[in-house]
Amino acid sequence: MDLLRFITCGSVDDGKSTLIGRLLYDSKSILADQLEAVERASKNKNDGEIDLALLTDGLRSEREQGITIDVAYRYFQTPVRKFIIVDAPGHIQYTRNMVTGASNCQLAIVLVDARNGVVEQTRRHSLIASMLGIPHLVVAVNKMDLVDYSEDVFSNICIQYAELAKKLDAKQVTFIPMSALNGDNVVDPSQNMSWYDGPTLLNYLETVELDHDVNLTDARFPVQYVIRPQTPDLHDYGGYAGKITSGIFRKGDAVTVLPSGETSTVEAIEFFEEVKDEAFAPMSVILHLADDIDISRGNLIVKSDSQPVVTQNIEAMLCWMDTKELKVGSKYTLQHGTFRARCVVRDIAYQLNVNTYEETEGVESIKLNDIARVVLKTSQPISFDPYTKNRVNGGAILIDETSNVTVGALMLT
Amino acid sequence: MKLDYLDQLESEAIHIMREVAGQFERPALLFSGGKDSITLVHLARKAFRPGKFPFPLVHIDTGHNFQEALDFRDWLAESLGEKLIVRYVEDTIREKKLKEPTGRNASRNALQTFTLLDTIEEFEFDACIGGARRDEEKARAKERVFSVRDEFGSWDPKRQRPELWDTYNGKIHKGENVRVFPISNWTELDVWNYIKRENISLPPIYFAHDRECLLRDGKLLATAGGVIQREEADELVTRRVRFRTVGDISCTAAVESNADTLEAVIAEIQATRISERGETRIDDQVSEAAMEDRKKGGYF
Repeated sequence: MDLLRFITCGSVDDGKSTLIGRLLYDSKSILADQLEAVERASKNKNDGEIDLALLTDGLRSEREQGITIDVAYRYFQTPVRKFIIVDAPGHIQYTRNMVTGASNCQLAIVLVDARNGVVEQTRRHSLIASMLGIPHLVVAVNKMDLVDYSEDVFSNICIQYAELAKKLDAKQVTFIPMSALNGDNVVDPSQNMSWYDGPTLLNYLETVELDHDVNLTDARFPVQYVIRPQTPDLHDYGGYAGKITSGIFRKGDAVTVLPSGETSTVEAIEFFEEVKDEAFAPMSVILHLADDIDISRGNLIVKSDSQPVVTQNIEAMLCWMDTKELKVGSKYTLQHGTFRARCVVRDIAYQLNVNTYEETEGVESIKLNDIARVVLKTSQPISFDPYTKNRVNGGAILIDETSNVTVGALMLT
Repeated sequence: MKLDYLDQLESEAIHIMREVAGQFERPALLFSGGKDSITLVHLARKAFRPGKFPFPLVHIDTGHNFQEALDFRDWLAESLGEKLIVRYVEDTIREKKLKEPTGRNASRNALQTFTLLDTIEEFEFDACIGGARRDEEKARAKERVFSVRDEFGSWDPKRQRPELWDTYNGKIHKGENVRVFPISNWTELDVWNYIKRENISLPPIYFAHDRECLLRDGKLLATAGGVIQREEADELVTRRVRFRTVGDISCTAAVESNADTLEAVIAEIQATRISERGETRIDDQVSEAAMEDRKKGGYF
């Protein structure tokens, strides 16, 4: 069975919690005691109506403020697929949490209130989803019941959004008119929108093609850990443990170890004391090479016929996640998969307005939740692929050297 | 070329465990004897064999564990040839002169935290791998895979580090430690399906057996070990039961069941309308934020 991770972007006002509640409820994924707990908690509130947001908002402060602050993960399955819902906050001050959630998703649902059409928040969420390289985008035009299920309203929003999408990298955009409150086109087809002949949301989630989301052309293997038991019976054993982040490795493949550039061939691919002829992303395996070369954690083993960029000078789109500002000259630890180096910010090329998509040059510093294009220099060469070509090998994080906190996300170009 | 979802979850978990091995000096795997930590041990074999585990198995024994689970723990560590460290809540109570909770539904579960923090200090563990899953409970649904705890073991939900792709930041200051949850994204059903697929052995109490229990507030509490004191309103019954979760006797209820094979257990879980913790845990129902509060206090 397949696994699909998708993110829902929006706020309670857009009906996000209602939508998730509806998906879980109509697919019979809410268990009786969980529903009871929500009912119990709802009674403590003013109106006493069942508040499906309580089902998703897990922290006390979230329930108190009636907003989502951090990402929550929900799980459900249908006979066709397993799903991980990444429930992300919609407010601008929690953008970094949305970025955390979006980084692993294959699909994003952007909620649009049919009464308001494309608004600032829609633009921000769509930008983040596309910047993080999410291949499939669903624009859920919600609250259709409040615009009399009007086809014109829906079509206008589609046209509005198509304008915006031109500026984004989204590979596939799908529009679905719905009413999460009443269940129209969420799990069951709507009786009120006969003019719409597309899939319901669940229908689409179950059938969207995922085969091409994994990069199977550029073989990449970041070394995590070297297994060297050094016991009498395994005296000469040495294997490189890691996860194939993209591509396929086969026995006999010519490989290059980066950044040293030394070459060898794949002698064996081992998985749990079994030998395999080939392995592909995202499998975790142990690689054995024919030659005894110096390899350690942080090195990248690649197939020699498709090599990544190896450089100390990098450019990237940056999402800044710390209250302490980023400035030209600031130094950080950069972590790219298993590789770590120090780096310095050499230039802020421009800041990107997340709502208008305007680029502003000559910016002195980058603040929490800002997005910018930056130029960095690393202390050691980094071996990466452009993010748009390879999400896993094109993403990196910045770590503050005094607090140790993750302060930035880099999408390398 | 596509991986089945169980293979995807497995690979993700192996990758996380190897990140622990690669990033930390003194990690540990917290082993409870329950199915989730047994699954972790199996995943550790897949991550590190033919090498040894780069961490010991650590069990915080409340003194109120099922004998079947303890026997299984010892057998597993022995048969794998891996190091097992056991620390006892009993000792902490004595040394620290802690007051044992008394009264209705009293449990040592919360006292475990003291022993855990002491053990972390004793061995200077910088990372503790645990079998918590996000589908268990809504505070857990919010926690990162690498969850940084301060020197008091506290989880601060408002200051969680961003965690992107499969890049895990395990950099910490001395005194801090990281709780790592490799099966964060697994559901109860995923764990059972995996146990079946991989033919993983479990303690027998996970399968239907006849057991003497106290019937209290609709829950079946084990009389084993004399941990739970009988109250006047309790009815002493013998029922065919199994345990859906295995933890401290004082806070884990049995469920009535005839499921005596893995297939039957899976069928039962697929059909259930009640969550794992809701059906079996006695300690989560005190308040809506019970788990969040315990995590802030350093709980697993």
